[in-house]
Amino acid sequence: MRRPGDDRHLDGNAAAGQLSMIFGVDVTAAEGQCAHCGAIDRFASAHLYVGPGLVARCPLCEHVLLRLVAAGEEMLLDLRGLKYLRFHGSQLQESGG
Amino acid sequence: MWRSGTVIALRDETATARTITLQIPDWPGHLAGQHVDVRLTAPDGYSAVRSYSIASAPDQDGRIEITVERLPDGEVSPYLTTQVAVGDPLELRGPIGGWFVWRPEQPEPIQLVAGGSGIVPLMAMIRLRRATHGGAPFRLLYSVREPDAVWYGGELQLPSSDSSVSVTYAYTRAVPEGWPRRPARIDAAQIASMTWPSRLRPTCYVCGPTSFVERAADLLAAAGNSPDRIRTERFGPTGERR
Repeated sequence: MRRPGDDRHLDGNAAAGQLSMIFGVDVTAAEGQCAHCGAIDRFASAHLYVGPGLVARCPLCEHVLLRLVAAGEEMLLDLRGLKYLRFHGSQLQESGG
Repeated sequence: MWRSGTVIALRDETATARTITLQIPDWPGHLAGQHVDVRLTAPDGYSAVRSYSIASAPDQDGRIEITVERLPDGEVSPYLTTQVAVGDPLELRGPIGGWFVWRPEQPEPIQLVAGGSGIVPLMAMIRLRRATHGGAPFRLLYSVREPDAVWYGGELQLPSSDSSVSVTYAYTRAVPEGWPRRPARIDAAQIASMTWPSRLRPTCYVCGPTSFVERAADLLAAAGNSPDRIRTERFGPTGERR
């Protein structure tokens, strides 16, 4: 559901640097499926909310796809809202950093 | 992985925006449209990370350019636009992102739509396109507050010999003298007259503040462009992007 005038969010591109530290490859081009509504989209299209951590939400239904929190020496990655992430072979070779 | 780069040149784009050229010893090369994360660390260990798009075309020399806009309340951008000096080290991570990129082997026409400082990753694509012989034609629709706020203006001025990239401006607050249109947000009529017809199946790259990106992407879709051919990158105060 689009909320007109809501421009507090960024998008999945802005989480790519932090996520590359964990995955080792680029995630923005990966296709993910929302576990809530079933929508399939590139991770780049996710709505990203930046606070003490990162929260990525489905651009269609706005349910949480992923949360990432860094605390001290630890990082917590919560992937509850993603049914899967699908990477293509070429993405796996072109490391995201 | 964090890398250490060295500032080798500084250039002002406008009164509030500065381009920083970095030399990075182990730089693996980048794709047009990618960004880097820059990390500043204070003596007490406090650090702040911000994302900045790469403005330069890929080259073999381990150099990149970023352009940073000074935000009055920013933690990072005031340092990068007023304090940093040639010879200073800068810590960065990247290149980052594999979706909002253009590759020269893409055969389809390319539609770029920039809102303000969203021009930066699109400039990398334009520079790469101009350095590439042959290939698909580009159009850029550049929405900007006023003429003085244009970045890379001199370079965007088309040499008459270069038909690979055509540039159109859309002013939102003030227009040059004699400009045929009053300042306004982009609308359906501009999208219809200034962007590729959707029947040519262009790939569209839209970058800017979130509200601009939402509006431009909706207008492009309403003009018949398939949503899967519209790639977007949003930035805003929270990310202090670019």
